[in-house]
Amino acid sequence: MSKSYGPCDVPGARGIALCEPTLFERSTPGRMGCSLPESGSGFRVPGSGDPQSALPPELRRTSPAGWPELSEVEVVRHFVRLSQYNYGVDSGLYPLGSCTMKYNPKLGEDAARLPGFGGAHPAAPHAGLLRLIGELSRDLAEIAGMDAVTCQPAAGAHGELTGMLLVRAYHEARGDNRTTVLIPDTAHGTNPASAAICNYQVRAIASGPDGILTPEAVAAAMDESVAAIMITNPNTLGLFETHIEQIAKIVHDKGALLYMDGANLNALLGVARPGDFGVDLLHFNLHKTFATPHGGGGPGSGPVGVKKHLAPFLPAPLVVADGAGWRLDEDRPQSIGRVRSWFGNVGMLVRAWTFIRELGPAGLRQASEMAVLNANYLRARLQDLYAVAYDRPCMHEIVFSDKNLPNGVTTMELAKRLIDYGFHPPTVYFPLVVHGAIMVEPTESFEPEALEGFIAAMRAIYAEAADNPDLVKHAPHNSFVKKVDEVAAARKPRLTADM
Amino acid sequence: MNRYIPHTPDDVSRLLAAIGAKSVEDLFASVPAPLRLARELDVPAPLDETALLKQLGALAGPAPRVCFGGGGAYWHYIPAAIDHLLRRSEIYTAYTPYQPEIAQGTLQTIFEFQTMIARLLAMEVANASMYDGATAVAEAALMAARLTKKNKFVVSAGLHPQYLATLRTYTKWTGAVLTPAPLAADGRTDIALLAELVDGETAGVIVQSPNYLGALEDTRRVGEIVKGKPARFIHAFTEPLAFGAIVPPGEAGAHIAAGEGQSLGIPLSFGGPGLGLFAVTQKDMRAMPGRLVGETVDAEGKRAFCLTLSTREQHIRREKATSNICTNHGLMATAATMYMALIGREGLRRVAELNRTKAEYLKSKLAACGEVLPAPTFNEFGWTPKRPAARVLAALADAGIFGGVALAGFAPIVDNAILTCVTEMVTREEIDRYVEIVRSV
Repeated sequence: MSKSYGPCDVPGARGIALCEPTLFERSTPGRMGCSLPESGSGFRVPGSGDPQSALPPELRRTSPAGWPELSEVEVVRHFVRLSQYNYGVDSGLYPLGSCTMKYNPKLGEDAARLPGFGGAHPAAPHAGLLRLIGELSRDLAEIAGMDAVTCQPAAGAHGELTGMLLVRAYHEARGDNRTTVLIPDTAHGTNPASAAICNYQVRAIASGPDGILTPEAVAAAMDESVAAIMITNPNTLGLFETHIEQIAKIVHDKGALLYMDGANLNALLGVARPGDFGVDLLHFNLHKTFATPHGGGGPGSGPVGVKKHLAPFLPAPLVVADGAGWRLDEDRPQSIGRVRSWFGNVGMLVRAWTFIRELGPAGLRQASEMAVLNANYLRARLQDLYAVAYDRPCMHEIVFSDKNLPNGVTTMELAKRLIDYGFHPPTVYFPLVVHGAIMVEPTESFEPEALEGFIAAMRAIYAEAADNPDLVKHAPHNSFVKKVDEVAAARKPRLTADM
Repeated sequence: MNRYIPHTPDDVSRLLAAIGAKSVEDLFASVPAPLRLARELDVPAPLDETALLKQLGALAGPAPRVCFGGGGAYWHYIPAAIDHLLRRSEIYTAYTPYQPEIAQGTLQTIFEFQTMIARLLAMEVANASMYDGATAVAEAALMAARLTKKNKFVVSAGLHPQYLATLRTYTKWTGAVLTPAPLAADGRTDIALLAELVDGETAGVIVQSPNYLGALEDTRRVGEIVKGKPARFIHAFTEPLAFGAIVPPGEAGAHIAAGEGQSLGIPLSFGGPGLGLFAVTQKDMRAMPGRLVGETVDAEGKRAFCLTLSTREQHIRREKATSNICTNHGLMATAATMYMALIGREGLRRVAELNRTKAEYLKSKLAACGEVLPAPTFNEFGWTPKRPAARVLAALADAGIFGGVALAGFAPIVDNAILTCVTEMVTREEIDRYVEIVRSV
């Protein structure tokens, strides 16, 4: 064997913890991993020339694309091995705050793969899928207290962008050229970035001493130049914005709109509806609240719901009720236009529809209740060691701080040590307003025994930080790779393998 | 109780006691009472698995028919191994690999993806994916505007109409001016006219090849026109498998390659989720939107991968980020990586040859039934039947064949044209049947 695979040269020699070479290192000229039909001469047409004739020279590719050469057996083992280096929701507790890493039902996976869905060409009519998208839009509107929903946006940030475009179109249609969007200091980074694409100035407002927005701060920041305020509720500290109704009134009195980032909607299903507390528009994250898988970084799905006054501006085409059925409404003169090709991430819409249908109204409410119960249980069991940023009951997630950790052990070191205990770390250093934030969102999908394991690990790491801080500071020790040098990666970026 | 929520009433009582709350309702005390929903949500009653599968089966309908539809969504061979691998839940239930020590599987896969996409497009750097081809092109325009500090775009009329619509939406409030470069009678961009439209104030030249009518553009000439000017050549595409045979963006001198990757092992799924592909030159790398994976080492010097150059991104730069994109289409990129690995170097050449050969065969047969666009094509082509297009497509549909996309109103073929696509999936018998039905109308 002439190939060198680097530090662990002999594949299979170190159990499941060996290095998996890249596809390019594994490639061997002459191997093939697919089964294609023969082309043959059957396609020659007598009298009309040879259809296999080469392209005009200026249109030809000159060098091959350089894809590797591997048999199916090698490719399968490659990706199975790589999968073993990953940690997913099915591996264990994955308390990544604000990401709602809940269980992804297997039924949804089967549903999206039904040949009638998976094989549907988008230019061919499909009454069943229009009905499914229509019904999902209707159910999402009911869940959030909205009047209309578009399922086009591909992810949460894409939903936000759609939302900001709707805000812009709404004001422009009234001849009102507003310039500014207000964003609390606890907001997701996508919020300001989405507003910026719509050419809005971003103005930050600070949350109050209780970790929530005060009506006074909003009133002080409001003027006639403000187009909208973008609020996450519950906010990224896991706290419900208790003054939301009053804030909505202040915002509306100045002619502005209230946008809600629905990232944290998993706290509110069947409990409270954004439309009932003054929200004019919001985006949903189907990959958070409605159990579609996160896919190692998408695809997500970010439908946007609006109140009546914004409905004319929704993207075209829109799936609308038409008698007993559903149809595509293309004739939308005030629409912001398309935000993508076709109709949305339909595979995700099928999974979310399936989730809502299986849970029903009581199940949806129960999901939120148990998510909030789990988060408060973690708070109750850990707050003696880990300082909570705000001493009040939380909703679906709880933010701890690293300020009490002994011997200067940091949040990042704690996160890496949690890996040794078999848990995915929480979201760290966000929100920015909390020192060394440790943002924990257990979701409803984990049973009390799983929470006990996490609590035990967090408490054990605290003890280690006091007694043997080096053990924590050099973690992880049990993972497939040790601490990864992210600084070196950025200093001299190597983004592709050598030819 | 529900199978996805493990808590028993005993569990709930125990947890509440530890919290010091009397009831679950108490946990929601911070939600003011008047804001709480006093009724159940009005969504359909829950269904069991069997009943749900029956409903889903009815909505899904039968497996699809023979498909001659393209126009941005393609019916291609997907090796069986891909879905078996994608169903490994360590892959699909993970999230963005923020913690590289337990996400090496995702990270190495994306590194391999970036490498093979860069090679396919003959570009230097590819990102970890965008949502779809339409948003990739729109983001490419925003990137070109940032780099050149200019805002005028020359856009070939051969750009997919949904991509153009998305581009308009994304650039509406940025002050961008989009000037169309018309198509000539053969279905290709009028390159001489395009050259006249490009000047020192142009931020980007957007040309799709194969274009929406299936015609292969002379992209090398576009590259020459842009050379030496500040403008970026944005090479759009909907059918990446074409680059198994035709000149890829990088060989044509493109600065940004942006398009759709659904053909690379991803099901049609009624148009989504697809896969946005985005690749640039080394020089422009830091202005690129989206996530990037880089190679590095761990504390023991062993090779490892991690997300990198994240200072371009929204969670660090906030309103000054290169894009608002966060979640991208990671699982679709994973499927594409598996596809490219299985198809391989020889498979790509053969898939490209099969598509072109079969499409040429149908084109030659249809010459007797209508007027076929004269431009060179890859696997799809616009043509005008002698009979009304709607009747032709309806006759094909009656025979269980999706005959193509109606091109009503799309210049230069107007009102009565069809965009027909022939992939490796279609047999010679099916093509002959297609022709027979068209003749019979």
